Amino acid sequence: MTAIRRYLPGWLSSYAVLYLLFLYLPVVFLPIFSVNTAATPKFPLSGVTLHWYEDLPRTPALIDATWNSLIVGISASILSTVLGILAARSITRYRYPGRRAINGLIMAPLVLPEVIVAISMLLVMLQLGLSLSLFTVVLGHVLVCIPYSMTVLTSGFEGFDRSLEEASADLGESAFGTFRRVTLPMVAPAIISSLLVCFTISLDEFIIAFFLTGTEATLPIYIWGQLRFAAKLPGVLALGTLLLFASFLLMTIAEILRRRAARRTQNEGGLYA
Amino acid sequence: MTVAAEGSPPLRMAGSRRRPLLQSEAIQGFALISPTFVYALILLVLPILVVIAHSFWTQNYLTIDHTFTLENYRIALTEPIYRDLLWRSLYISLTVSLLTVALAYPIAYFISFHGGRHKSLWLFLITIPFWTSYLLRVMSWKVILGYNGVLNSGLMGLGIIDEPSTALLYNSTAVIITLTHAWATFAILPIFVSVEKVDRTLVEAATDLGDGPLRSFLRVTLPLSAPGVISAALIVMIPTVGDYVTPKLVGGKDGVMIANAIQAQFGKASNWPLGAALSVTAMIIVSLMAGGTVLVFRALQRLAR
Repeated sequence: MTAIRRYLPGWLSSYAVLYLLFLYLPVVFLPIFSVNTAATPKFPLSGVTLHWYEDLPRTPALIDATWNSLIVGISASILSTVLGILAARSITRYRYPGRRAINGLIMAPLVLPEVIVAISMLLVMLQLGLSLSLFTVVLGHVLVCIPYSMTVLTSGFEGFDRSLEEASADLGESAFGTFRRVTLPMVAPAIISSLLVCFTISLDEFIIAFFLTGTEATLPIYIWGQLRFAAKLPGVLALGTLLLFASFLLMTIAEILRRRAARRTQNEGGLYA
Repeated sequence: MTVAAEGSPPLRMAGSRRRPLLQSEAIQGFALISPTFVYALILLVLPILVVIAHSFWTQNYLTIDHTFTLENYRIALTEPIYRDLLWRSLYISLTVSLLTVALAYPIAYFISFHGGRHKSLWLFLITIPFWTSYLLRVMSWKVILGYNGVLNSGLMGLGIIDEPSTALLYNSTAVIITLTHAWATFAILPIFVSVEKVDRTLVEAATDLGDGPLRSFLRVTLPLSAPGVISAALIVMIPTVGDYVTPKLVGGKDGVMIANAIQAQFGKASNWPLGAALSVTAMIIVSLMAGGTVLVFRALQRLAR
């Protein structure tokens, strides 16, 4: 560490610390004011309470929204991870014309304005006669989750040593046996990581759910509805804090798993990890 | 996180000679990706085509008149309200993308050149806030900038101002601050990847040949990392032009953006074709602006050499 510090231009490292503060500070205010006794979020705090948290489980609309979010999140993460596995495997293992273009198309939702993606899907779904429900939200979430799933999975699949699969086939394993006993254990952490990432994105996603849902609210939609009432703000802050911690936790686990997957597939076991 | 979709070339199928009946590699690869590809075709390409088609039609109360017309585009481009919203959206997205890139570059450079063993920890720390709900992050800026908010009460507590300022929230500056914060990570990652690729021996060579740190940075590192800077600018610019949540929550009357007008056409106003035309116009103009930005960056890159 001292060796690094010697080369570190002072202003650059202080800038880095300031930048981290800028990134984190706004988010930190949510938990701080969620335990404040006053309803308006201002300094100095008037007192510490867990009152707003205690109220949460007593709100039926919130319980419904939580269930809806869980259903949507689990369905979307499984579907997008399955589609992500197919695509990532194809991209990392095969070479064919149009491969880059197809990859670009699949990754496109990442860089398109969400509102435009959402209203386009809304138009098609209404034209197809689909009634808006949690199912249409899942369809939308899968589209925006696939790029993230692909990113996590390609990093796990890349550098995958094909000779291991060949060895297994040479030693008499069936194609399915090879997949189950060689391929799957190698890529399992990447797959779980993708599931967690997609679940987190779906849990936090607002715009697409807002446009594509019928009457059922997911958690972000519930929060959006509550934001109109100033008196409900502390409750929203408490709920937001819980969501925040859920995202932190899920993403930390996902990142650890993704790294493990990347290390596992790298040839000599962690040489470049 | 990783930006790995275009990494090392895929390994060739060595096993095919053992199984002569196996179809060619291309067909296998294509078959494997086709479910995902078809999904994207049905839920992304088809919907966008439908939006484009709608933009040439007319709303007739509850039905849609399918006769071809450019009327919606005339309204989108000439009606002062939409013209103003488009300009404001473009101005905000351009400002936000330039700001995020300028703020992100030193961080990406710092992590790449001075991150040492802690590179991945730094990247992790920087990506984590990004994974929290976008809605919540925008909400926290509302809490900070509000009339009874953190900044006002803090400044009053310090005796810097006497009464809460209303200038902080509900204007385009609030939108720019919030978006710059929300998109920070998106800008850092591509820049980091390209700074990481800069051949360190070239930097050393520049130093050996007598360039000072600033000169070698301007003439070696910066031009070589330009692709990352360009893609970071685009990755921020294109989505932010259509942002809905931020202008709605912190923009107030003066911070309304085109996405809010688009939403209104699909909601209360119920004029789908006009909403579609506004979407298409916004996308085309932001693409042109993105193209222009790329050209400007390229020209600057050439100047630096």
